[in-house]
Formats: sequence, structure tokens, C-alpha cells
Amino acid sequence: MISLKKFDIDFLGKRKLAMMFSLVLIIISLGSLATRGLSFGIDFTGGTLVEVSYQDTIAIDDVRDTLSNSGFVDAVVQYFGTAKDVMIRVPLRSDMEGAQVSEKIMLSLHEKQGEFVTDTNPISKEQTCSANGQSQVCKVQMQRVEFVGPQVGDELTNQGGLAMLYALFGILAYVAFRFEWRFAVGSVAALVHDVVITVGVFSVFQLEFTLTVLAALLAVIGYSLNDTIVVFDRIRENFRKMRKETPLNIMNTSINQTLPRTILTSLTTLLVLISLFIFGGDIIHNFSIALILGVLIGTYSSIFIASPVVLALGVSRENLLKVKQEGGEETATR
Amino acid sequence: MNKYPLWKYLIILAVIIPGFIYALPNLFGEDPALQVSATRAAIIDDGTQQQITSALSESGISFSKLQKQENGIQLRFKDTDDQLKAKAVVENELGDKYTVALNLLPATPAWMDAINARPMYLGLDLRGGVHFLMEVDIEGAISNTEKRLVSDLRAGMREKKIRYLSVSSSKNKGILVVFPDLERRSQGLITVEDDFTSLSAREIESDGKPALLLTLTDAAKREISDSSVKQNMTALRNRINELGVAEPIVQQQGDNRIVVQLPGIQDTARAKEIIGRTATLEIMLVDEKNSGNIQAALEGRVPVGSRLYRDRRNAPILLKKGIIYSGNNIVDASAGIDSRNGSSVVHITLDARGASINQRVTGDNIGNRMAVVYVEQKSTIKKDEQGNVVIDENGQPVRVKSRIEEVITAPVIRDQLGKRFQIEGLDSIKEARDLSLLLRAGALAAPIEIVEERTIGPSLGKENIRTGFLSVMYGLIAILIFMIFYYRVFGIVADIALVLNLVLMVAILSLFQATLTLPGVAGILLTVGMAVDANVLIFERIREEIRNGVTPQAAIHSGYDKALSTIVDANITTLIAAIVLFNFGTGPIKGFAITLSIGILTSMFTAIMVSRGIVNKIYGGRHVKKLAI
Repeated sequence: MISLKKFDIDFLGKRKLAMMFSLVLIIISLGSLATRGLSFGIDFTGGTLVEVSYQDTIAIDDVRDTLSNSGFVDAVVQYFGTAKDVMIRVPLRSDMEGAQVSEKIMLSLHEKQGEFVTDTNPISKEQTCSANGQSQVCKVQMQRVEFVGPQVGDELTNQGGLAMLYALFGILAYVAFRFEWRFAVGSVAALVHDVVITVGVFSVFQLEFTLTVLAALLAVIGYSLNDTIVVFDRIRENFRKMRKETPLNIMNTSINQTLPRTILTSLTTLLVLISLFIFGGDIIHNFSIALILGVLIGTYSSIFIASPVVLALGVSRENLLKVKQEGGEETATR
Repeated sequence: MNKYPLWKYLIILAVIIPGFIYALPNLFGEDPALQVSATRAAIIDDGTQQQITSALSESGISFSKLQKQENGIQLRFKDTDDQLKAKAVVENELGDKYTVALNLLPATPAWMDAINARPMYLGLDLRGGVHFLMEVDIEGAISNTEKRLVSDLRAGMREKKIRYLSVSSSKNKGILVVFPDLERRSQGLITVEDDFTSLSAREIESDGKPALLLTLTDAAKREISDSSVKQNMTALRNRINELGVAEPIVQQQGDNRIVVQLPGIQDTARAKEIIGRTATLEIMLVDEKNSGNIQAALEGRVPVGSRLYRDRRNAPILLKKGIIYSGNNIVDASAGIDSRNGSSVVHITLDARGASINQRVTGDNIGNRMAVVYVEQKSTIKKDEQGNVVIDENGQPVRVKSRIEEVITAPVIRDQLGKRFQIEGLDSIKEARDLSLLLRAGALAAPIEIVEERTIGPSLGKENIRTGFLSVMYGLIAILIFMIFYYRVFGIVADIALVLNLVLMVAILSLFQATLTLPGVAGILLTVGMAVDANVLIFERIREEIRNGVTPQAAIHSGYDKALSTIVDANITTLIAAIVLFNFGTGPIKGFAITLSIGILTSMFTAIMVSRGIVNKIYGGRHVKKLAI
């Protein structure tokens, strides 16, 4: 039998150390958020993003020059994957209608190559161009365009913040209903901890924060909670079984008993996320980074944050016995 | 111990067998196809079908299947080569009254179609295409209406001989009518209450003079907002037809937004140009004197002062040159039923200027016909006979501007008409509704603006499918191997449950035709990773029980039992997060939330019920010394 053997680690004994560690991370995160802020994607700021790929390698400066000659002095140009793929970002402009920016950009890039788009080959799915009267595959291919107007950007920012709050409240209510308010506070503390640190990493490393990253954060909330609930469930069970033990010992035992599962599930989830990170393509890149971070931090927090908070709030056997009567069917397992 | 009653196995089968059937269409791939549909000016009937089939057989191109649909004809071919050749032939044959779009249709057998088993519906990020979110400027529409009401008010009061000092509208404040004295104001108030029901009046003083402050009622504003969105959607649908998109989506979102999705379109510049085009209406008189000799006109001898037009059925009609009034003078057009004979009619309301012209012209032309011409500016890239693009001296493609003109209706004038009149003799309420929408093309033209665009190039769409598929595959394989290595026989059981979970997810996504996006694929993958969690919980419990010295059978029993409430609790909380995500998210994010939620639900079924069923079949009801876990 291959298995993670029975554990006996004094997790809660190290709770002060863990709290310190988390506190440092949170301070760094909040500090970075306050000073550097997040590198918001155009989903939130509004603006235009154009992704193109060239047939041959192209110098960034060439693209930049072409664009500034066409009036896009403020365009941010960078490689994207290889030296043939270029990503162009233009902030919102007051002098032209937003939706036309991408068109002008593509036109000037094609023009630089002495070509213009005529059609798309329905089989190879490549755009065909005409250059010097000859029809050929375009030297620069449009891959992706995103334009978000100011109305939409503001709306998304508001909605995103609201969604986060709704999710947290929903969870708070459910856990309070199924367990007890101390547990609800403990789990939400762990969730806030996870979200703050994950967002903090995005701020420190200035990773682009897009709509999909926000979705990933909400998924992280779900996942981290999953972990926490499993531990809480065991704590509740053990409070009933181990009548003579102190809450601290009961919690320690519970965390140790669920540890194999905690590790295994994190491992399987990380397996798929790493697969997503490697094979999922660049649109999903930051999405998978957020999830990977979230799973790691969420696993840590369900051990070192959620339970200590419940302990610090002074949970006792009586608190859970009350719940036991409400959820009577739970005791009838044997 | 650990035996499932037969009915539980039957439930499992009752879920899994349809699951496999509905997941199956995704394996069949796609047929290259052509989608022929009529533009505004034409209809598709058996004749069209005949025309297509004979043209194709003349050119020696064979198609594998022809399907007639409500709004067009679908033709399937055995390869893309035939498809492309056929496109040229059919386009040539039918002319520009029809659009011929390349499409890929699911190659599922007929019996699957019959039970609604279709492949998953791929989002734009997977198939490539354009997504526009457009905002209708309701404020603009309202201020247009107010401007028009100003001139209507002037005319209305002149007609009733009520003297006023000024009528003016100011944005967001309403319309101010100033009168010389109180008596005139109360006369004015009566006129407003009688003839301008969309306005509510308040008596005020303006610089010491009695005045009325008129504002649009909330109902009127709602009506304007509603009809300008509907109006724009109709116009968009008509124009998009022309782009030759196989499955376009035009949908209202929220109060004042319209989503336009054009799968497979890459030429966004052209799409924007066509979408942004404005249509106008011109009202003209039919040249009745020369209509008897339309043949001469068709042969090129068009009488002086007249022009030859075509109506929606492509029949020729001679109109007198000179526009009587334009669509801008049409305030409203709505479909209705004539109370006298129950036939379908269209009610039309003109503004003051239109009404006075109408009165004069119709009075002189009773018994003649009045034609409404739909005009749209169109600019296309010029091509020579070989289909190559024509280029000017600067190396730019030459664009030709052309006018689409067609007579949408030409009713006989029965009486002298004024501000309000109706068009009778329509075949159905549907026809009346279509006509009223066309007539409103000029009126209520609320400005529309693109506020969001997401375009995925065709090759990127293909690439996204590939990467999505690969990441799910590798992720799945890694977990399958890991579980077998770690839990042996039980690992195999968990693996079977996991694969079934995936099949069920695909089946549900296919059945409900929920849009699968790239984040959606990520959601599938994430649930694959998390779905084994339930089994891990159960198996770890079983191991724990064994360590505590419980017999294998009892260990299985209590393992499943004790883990259940934990699994349910953990999954419900994840579901809460997914539901929040669904409610707030837009397109791609919704896709993620959908697959995540479906995955949570199906995984509970497979990881608990199905895996227990298999474990019971293996170990149940016999003496077991040791479990392979």
C-alpha cells in the first residue's frame, strides 16, 4: 500500500509563526497594491489590444515606428511568445471612435508590408493579401483584437468587486448555517487571505490582471473553501468523539487526519493546472497562474489560517453540540 | 454487505447510456457546406432550389445533401474543394439578391439529429469570429424626438390658431412653450392634452410670461428606448445577412445594448462598415401613365421624368422622379388589425412637415399609387471579371459605392391623407410587422456605437481548440495514471468515474447547446482535477478505517458513508462561487462558470454513486480479506 502515513504534526503549535508569515505576505501585498497597483488589462481600463503574427521575425522598434507614424505614439508594443508574434496595446483615445483603432492599426501594419487584405482562405484559414498586384498569404496576420469602451470597463470593475463580495457573503452564510459563526469567520478569513495574497503576487510582479484572472480568483475562493470545509467537517466530528481533549488537540488531530487528502487533492488539481499552464495557450496563461497560486495558498490557509482563527475566537464543544441537534441526521452514520 | 439493489444500477445506466449517446455527436466532425439565404429583396422558394440544383449539376458539382430551412437552403459537400467551387457557381447563378456563406455543419447521422443530439456549440474564441457589443444612444433618440415634437407643436398650434411666443427644446429639460397670455396658455394646454399624449405638461412662468413646460412621459421614453433598440436590431439583422455569415447572432442585452456575433468573419473592417451603414426611405409616386408599357422601360426606353425600380419580388415598377418626402418624416409605423374587416394593416404617423406635404400630394393623386423606396449606401471592393481585386495607382483597392434601392411597398391612395394614415391589404400580421419595421428605418434612428469588440482570427480559433484539447488530455492522463499508481484497484474505479464524468459533462453541454469557450475548457479541466477529490476523500476514509482495524467490507461501507456529508458541503460552497460567477460574468467567464457548475454536479453523481456501484460489484457480498487500496 503506497500511502501517506499517519501524520502527527503540531500545526497549531506553529500558528504564531504561520500568522507572522501570512501577515508579512499580506503587508507586502497591500503595500504593493497601494504603491504599484495592479496592471489592469483592457477589460477594466478600456482600450484596444491587437495581436498579430508576422511571417518572419520582426523588430519591435519597426512596429513601434510604423504605429507612431500613423499617430499611435502611445502604443505599447511587445513580443508575445516568439519574435514573430507582437502584441500592441493602445489606451482609449478621445480623437477617434474606439472601435476604429484596431482597423487603423492593421491597415498601417499591412501598408508597411506593401499589402492589403483581400480575403480569407477558407481552408488554411489564413488571411490573403494583395501585394503589387499579386495575391498571396498576408505577411502580417491579425490574430486577435479586443476593444473595450470606457462604459464597459467601468461596469466590469464594479461588477467584479461586487461579485467577490457576493461570493464571500454567500459562503459566510452557508458555513454559518452548516457549522457555526466562528467557523464561518475562520473560513472567510482564510479566503480573504488567499485573495489578497494572490492579487498581491499579481501586483508585485505586475502580471496583467484581466477578466479571466478575476474568474480564476472566484474559482480559487471555491477551491480554498473546499479544503477548509473538509478540515472543519473533521473538527466537528472529532469534537463529538474526543470528549476529553482540548480544542487545540482536537483541531491538530483533525488537520493531521485530513492531511493526506489535502495533499492529494492539491496535487491532482495542480497536475491539471500545470497541464493548462503548459498547453493551454497564452490567453489562459495568467488565468492558470492565478489558479496555481490560489491552490497553493488555499491549501496553506486551510491548515494555518482557518483553524487558528476559529480557535482564537474561542470555539468550544458546546458551540457544536447545538449544531448537532439541528443537523441530527449527521450523527446517525454508524 | 455492500450490495446495490438492481434499481440503483438501473439508475446509473439510465444516466450513462443517454450520456454516451448525447456526447457521441462530438466525434463525427463536420461537413463543408453552403448556406444560401435571401437578402431583404428576395425570397427562397422551390424555384430557387431548382435553380441551385440545376446550376450545380450543369457544372458537374455534386452535393451530398440539400436541406430546406425556414430562411434558407443548406447544401453539404464531400470536401472543401467542391464547396468552394459550388459557392462560385451558386453566387453566379443567384446574383446579389442572395447571400451564399461557407459553413461547417455537424456530420451527425440523421437519427441523432432527430433526438436533438448535436455537437457542443463552440464560442467565438474557439471557432474564430467577431463579437461586437453595441450601445444604442437612447438619450440621442429622445432628444431627436423632442426636436421633432417642437416642430409638430408649432404646426399643431398654428392649425388651431393659438398664438404663441416661442417653442424651444433644451436637453434634459424638456420643451418650453411661451404664450402671450393665460387664455392662450389654457388653449395650448388643451391642444397638448388632446394631440400630444406622449407629453406631460406643467404650467410655469418664463420671464414673466405664462408658459408650459412639456416633458416626455416615462411611458413615452420607455417606448422610444424600446423601439429604437428593436429598430436597430432589425436594421443590423438585415445588413448582416449581406455579410454571408452562416449563424449570426443579434441579441438584446440589458436595456440599451445589442450583442452581435459573427462566427467565421475575419474582415472586421467590412463588418463594421456594413453594420454602421444607415438606411433611408424615400417616398415617391408611381408613374401610372406609363406603367401599362413597362416592357418598353425594361428594354431601355424609360420615359423622361421616371425611373425604373424593382420591388421585393424583383418585379419592375416605374416611379416618377422626385422625392415627395423622406423616411425622416415618418414618426412612427406600427402593425395592427383593421377593426372593420380584421385584416392586417400598418399605421403610419408623419411629422408636421411630412403631413402637410402628404395632404397636398395625396389630394391630387387619389387613385394613384405611392411607393416607399428603401435606400442603403453600400461600398464594396471592386473586382474584375476574373475575381481579382482592382487596384488604384496608390496600390489601394478600388472601392465602388453603390445604392441599394428597392420598393418595399406601393399602396393605392384611396383618400386625401394627412398626419396619420394606414396601409391596408397586407397578407398577414407578420407581413405588417415586417413592413412597419422597414418603415421605421429612417425614424427614431438612434445613434449606435460599438462599445466592445472581441475578434479572434480564424487560425487562432483553431489553435485554441487544439491547445484546449491538449491541456484537457494531458491533465486527464496525468490524473488517471496517478490514481492507479496510488489507489490501485480503487484508483481504476475512480478513473472510470472520472472519464464518465467527462462524458456526462460533454453530453450535458451538447444537449443544452451551452456555449463552450476557452475558459469553459479550463473549467472542464479544473473539475477534472477537483472531481477526484470526492474519491480521494472516500478512499482516505477507507484506509483510515482499515488502519483502525475495521474489516474490509465495513471499511468500504463507512468510508462512503462518512465522506458523504463532507463531499456535499465542500461541493455546495464551490457551487455558490460558480453561481456568483455565472450571474456577474460576461461571455467567456459565463462559459467557465457553466462548465464548473455542471462538472460539480456530474462529479457528485459519478464519484459517489457510480464508483460505489463498481466497488460493490467488485467486492460486495463476499468475503474479502484485503482491499487493493
